[in-house]
Amino acid sequence: MAEPRVIIVGAGPAGVRAAETLVAAGLRPTVVDEGRRDGGQIYRRQPEGFARSSAELYGTEAARAEALHATFDDLRPKIDYRPGHLAWNVADGHLHVVHDGSAEALPFDALIVASGATDRLMPVKGWQHAGVYSLGAAQIALKSQGCAIGRRVVFLGTGPLMQLVAAQYRKAGAQVVALLDTSRLWNQIRALPKLVSRPDVLAKGVGLAASHLLAGTMVRRGVTPVEIFGDADGGVSGVSVRLASGRDLRLACDAVALGYHLRPETQLADLARCDFAFDAATRQFWPVIDEDGRSSVPGIYLAGDGVRTQGADGAEIAGKLAALAVLTDRGRSAPTEQISRLRQQRRAMERFRAGIAEAFPWPHHLAAGLADDTVVCRCEGITAGELRSVVHDKGADEMNRAKALSRVGMGRCQGRYCGHAAAEVVAAATQLSPAVVGRLRGQAPVKPLAIRTRRAAP
Amino acid sequence: MSPLQPRFVRLAETDRPTVPIVVDGATVEALEGDSLLVAVLTRAGHLRHSEFGPEARAGFCLMAACQDCWMWTHDGDRLRACDTPVRAGLSVLTQPPDMPWPNRA
Repeated sequence: MAEPRVIIVGAGPAGVRAAETLVAAGLRPTVVDEGRRDGGQIYRRQPEGFARSSAELYGTEAARAEALHATFDDLRPKIDYRPGHLAWNVADGHLHVVHDGSAEALPFDALIVASGATDRLMPVKGWQHAGVYSLGAAQIALKSQGCAIGRRVVFLGTGPLMQLVAAQYRKAGAQVVALLDTSRLWNQIRALPKLVSRPDVLAKGVGLAASHLLAGTMVRRGVTPVEIFGDADGGVSGVSVRLASGRDLRLACDAVALGYHLRPETQLADLARCDFAFDAATRQFWPVIDEDGRSSVPGIYLAGDGVRTQGADGAEIAGKLAALAVLTDRGRSAPTEQISRLRQQRRAMERFRAGIAEAFPWPHHLAAGLADDTVVCRCEGITAGELRSVVHDKGADEMNRAKALSRVGMGRCQGRYCGHAAAEVVAAATQLSPAVVGRLRGQAPVKPLAIRTRRAAP
Repeated sequence: MSPLQPRFVRLAETDRPTVPIVVDGATVEALEGDSLLVAVLTRAGHLRHSEFGPEARAGFCLMAACQDCWMWTHDGDRLRACDTPVRAGLSVLTQPPDMPWPNRA
């Protein structure tokens, strides 16, 4: 039997470990990655010529980052590595990619999608101003370019990334004005039984939270975001929130790092026609997978934060499992002991993931309270009021219909940053569950392509 | 903040050779390894203006997902500033060249 053609999308922790596993079995997988260098977002490698150490870049995760980079460097001659390639569609057993303006369709027998995650966002009045960035962006500015997003930075939102990036900013010498967290301490305490499934990571998290207090950084929990102040030309000038006490707090700043944990990038799974199911705990739709990462579609495997937000360590395990599933499904004998060990590790990751979701809950209730003039779609400046009007006046109680009529989710980010919140706005306006309102369907191309994109010379 | 005031602050990696680029006709000294976004925002407050609202924009996700950091070349091509590395002589515009676009505002 000919060697199966396996394509991996993504060169982060899941993609690299999947590639390593396939190469160990004698295969030569193709690794398609939009980044210019491997590592994904979490272990993003800084440009050539930058001098900071791994310890400075990755903190407590330096050894893991270095190990992943070293693995990938070893794999380079043994794989077909395609950096700078955008995977923009999956159809008829082909992955469609574009590189430098030229398009190609790559045939596959098995596709492992390790597409990673982006920040999950809830709009707040004024978030369209220049100087508001996602939490992930704030981290990338520092990690990849040695920059802070502003002189005085407010962190607004919730989640482990907010705790981490604020600490990284302070350590790098940036002025962290405050951490304004929508979650409450009791959310975290109630999640402890699940969070103890990874005691080392829990300890790191407690350490991060303590570091803010020790440094004297303002931390407020249980806040309700009210407004990001600013003007059209100059961008952000301040933030206001309602504190848990009911008092209003207004802070001056020139940058806001905003985010509510992460959401998986599921567009390719969607285009491959994978089944999705609603997760009531996090109020989002996820592709359905088995414990090894098999989707509902034969030949399509999903791994890493692109399918479940288990973090980098979980992604490494998921990448290995997905690759082993490919090998098993292609008739190779299964290393049963290894698979069962990995599955067991993955269950701990999954339990911890559920704990994090409880500890830093998605504040869906904020959607109902967004003023009508709050921009929901940053791409095209469409407001909550305009979205509600298509619900009330035109009966658009399903997300794709609401999108078609309001254009929320139709802009250049294709709903990545407004889609979840828009579904909550529609759900609140209709009194329906977001499970019923549904999700924005993935559309090809998953990112904008230039009109003059051409077919690659054969 | 004035639109001319730099938005980003360099905290590390400042010991790199400079690379001249051109933004709206003016020469700007970037550092080797800068993304176009960082090169511009360490000198100015924004990258472009929204086509659908009144406000200046300075990017949002920095990971090639949101498409909020598009800048233009003189040929009318778009560059995603967050994942475009600078190179000597790169010349960009914060407004599309001679292409009127209906502004909602």
